[in-house]
Amino acid sequence: MIIKLLELIPPNTKIDFFGHRFYAMLASIIILGGSTLMLTTKGLNFGIDFVGGTIIEIKTEVTPDLPHLREVLKELHLGDISIQEFGAADNLMIRMPQQEVQPGAAEADVQRGAIEKVQAALNKEFDNKVDYRRTEFVGPQVGKELKRAGIFAVLIAMGGIMAYIWFRFNWQYGVGAMLALLHDVVGILGLFSLTQMHFDLSTLAAILLVAGYSINETVIIFDRVRETLRKYKKMPMTEIINFSINSTLPRTLMTSGSTLLALLALYMFGGEVIRSFVSALFFGILIGTHSSYFVSTPSLYYLKLRPDPEKPGTAVAEEPA
Amino acid sequence: MLTIPRWKAVLILAVALMGILYSLPNMAGPELRTWLHANVPSWMPGKTVNLGLDLRGGAHLLYEVDVDGVFRERGDLMVQDLRTELREAKIGYSSIGSAAKGARVTLRDEGDAEAVRKILRKLDPNLDIQTNGATIEASMNEVSLKSVYDQTISQSIEIVRRRIDELGTTEPLIARQGENRLLIQAPGANAEQLKAIIGTTAKLGFHLVPEAADAGGTRSLPFAEEPARRLAVARRPMITGDMLETAQPSFDQNGRSVISFRLNNTGARRFCDVTRQNVQKPFAIVLDNEVLSAPVIQEPICGGQGQISGGFTVKTANDLALLLRAGALPAPMKVIEERTVGPTLGSDSVKSGRKACLVGLLFVIAMACLVYGLFGVFASIGIIINMLLILAVMSMLQATLTLPGIAGIVLTMGLAIDGNVLIFERIKEELRAGRSILSAIDTGYTRARTTITDSNLTALIAALILFSFGTGPIKGFAVTMCIGVATSYFCALSFTRLIVLTWLKLKRPKAIPV
Repeated sequence: MIIKLLELIPPNTKIDFFGHRFYAMLASIIILGGSTLMLTTKGLNFGIDFVGGTIIEIKTEVTPDLPHLREVLKELHLGDISIQEFGAADNLMIRMPQQEVQPGAAEADVQRGAIEKVQAALNKEFDNKVDYRRTEFVGPQVGKELKRAGIFAVLIAMGGIMAYIWFRFNWQYGVGAMLALLHDVVGILGLFSLTQMHFDLSTLAAILLVAGYSINETVIIFDRVRETLRKYKKMPMTEIINFSINSTLPRTLMTSGSTLLALLALYMFGGEVIRSFVSALFFGILIGTHSSYFVSTPSLYYLKLRPDPEKPGTAVAEEPA
Repeated sequence: MLTIPRWKAVLILAVALMGILYSLPNMAGPELRTWLHANVPSWMPGKTVNLGLDLRGGAHLLYEVDVDGVFRERGDLMVQDLRTELREAKIGYSSIGSAAKGARVTLRDEGDAEAVRKILRKLDPNLDIQTNGATIEASMNEVSLKSVYDQTISQSIEIVRRRIDELGTTEPLIARQGENRLLIQAPGANAEQLKAIIGTTAKLGFHLVPEAADAGGTRSLPFAEEPARRLAVARRPMITGDMLETAQPSFDQNGRSVISFRLNNTGARRFCDVTRQNVQKPFAIVLDNEVLSAPVIQEPICGGQGQISGGFTVKTANDLALLLRAGALPAPMKVIEERTVGPTLGSDSVKSGRKACLVGLLFVIAMACLVYGLFGVFASIGIIINMLLILAVMSMLQATLTLPGIAGIVLTMGLAIDGNVLIFERIKEELRAGRSILSAIDTGYTRARTTITDSNLTALIAALILFSFGTGPIKGFAVTMCIGVATSYFCALSFTRLIVLTWLKLKRPKAIPV
């Protein structure tokens, strides 16, 4: 008979999650407060997808001299051009801001002209041995539209998720799930504000993915809460919450663990282009787990899903089966 | 619930087998692939996953068509026609000019208003005409504005398609987006070349150069080669680019690059007439509002053939000849979004994506086997089948795989194990609660099913919404997510269950190794 090789969580683990909720809440308050502070003071570093601009990724045969190259591109007077290494020493990422258009000049020509000037300078600098791996240009109008469409998609997706939970469970669960979602989204936005990583379309996708992941986690615990509520008609809400979280603990550890491992593979081998996307997911999964344990589930208690029996005068209402 | 009906088992195995078969072509090398695409009927496994532009290299260009320019031009023409008509009808006016999408004229005598209205109706029956005392304003009505709009866009699409076809680019996607935008996606294309040929309007016209430049009928245009020099040419061209039958690059007797053209019948007749009437007068060859050259008509030109010079290089002559053959764009277009990926980055991304998928798969399998032993092996088989099914479905639907889509697949792997984990943990719990093996497995599956359904449905809702509202990378990501959710549901609740139950039946174990 094959033996069990590894036991992640000893059976019948009883951690008092609910009792420790204040520490967790403190952590949440720090995350949320810090995020809000960062977002209001530093704001997000929007990538070209949302504000317009140009990025050019190049690969060169010789290792480029970055300070010198910065000087060369500065001479072009095209605004604040940033040059960074991108994954390897001979791989560069050049970011150009949206060019100012003088009245009378054609918008498209000005932007195109700027790209051509940079390419000419690079060709000269590297003796025509430049591989233009990627060029992305987004006009200001398109950027605005992408931003609007992106925010719209996020809101609709969240609304859809909430509505489903409301429908499948109860309004308390719906509100709890929404609180957790807000917590996660604000937390990730805060991380992006803190690190000033570029916030672009794929970041938006990452946020939605994290929202989905966190909701998945929440739904699984909610499912258990609902089942336990039906099974133990007299158990106080605090115990129900603790029991539900504890009994889903091995599953959380296993699933989060393997997802994080898969992400690790993506981070290590997936290439530079999606690395920031992956780090957003990484952080998001951690914060999503946190919110399922300490935001959505405890809020069921505060929303009086099962009225507290210890308080005198409160009728014990049964959850409809 | 512990037995699966035979027909169901057969169905499950058939789906898994199809997954394996239809994903197989993706493992083939490039030559075998081409052979498969060419020789295998479309319902048989032969299709491979459609790689997005970010993985195979190519250009994604979003253009805005300047339809207002067309309206301005129409307005200009209307003013000219009106001027001629008024002159012929001997109606006096104090001012005339173009207005918003039309023309405006102020008459000397208010009494002529009715006559002018008639003239305008004759010029274009679809005009909105407003009279305000002696001032009459005519503008195109909603219907004709809409038809001009649609016509301009569909013509632009047609011309762009012809131009790209001349380049020999394979399978370009050219589509209208929103009101006045054109999306062009060309895999494997050289973006610079593409932009160069799409960005030029290539509006050619032969204009007479009137000796006495009257202000209304002429336009002052710069020379292409020396923009400081200008020439007043007649507004209305005698020959336009659409009268060209063909255009080829060639050389003149001095060895300079020129473009040889031949006019169609209408053009040839027109050119013959006009040149006969204007011998020894100059005319201007105008391309996109720049004068290429202004030769003097030596003798009537009636063969319908000629040459255009304008200081071309071999390359510019080549490009221009191509543009003239394909036809002019009805309106100028400008790039408002561009994403081009070179072939090296594309293939690097495919390589790293494949590697990330395999390593991720290994990690997840290792973890599953470590934690659940034999059941982990069962789950791992399920996950591998899941991966193959995703590939197979994407190949069959010809859905586009993008780089964020690969990330989606890797993540689905993590999530795919979730279903199995929920079931196994539940079985463990039920065993601990004192149930027999059979009953523990039975309740494990039943109880976990609702949870898995709920969690997968929420994920599916999010993915579907992303798919319908998202753009670009988000959409690519959503496609793989949707497919992944569906296949992992199948793998956890049908395929792996089939393995577990078969094992149970064959071994009749006394203890379960989860």
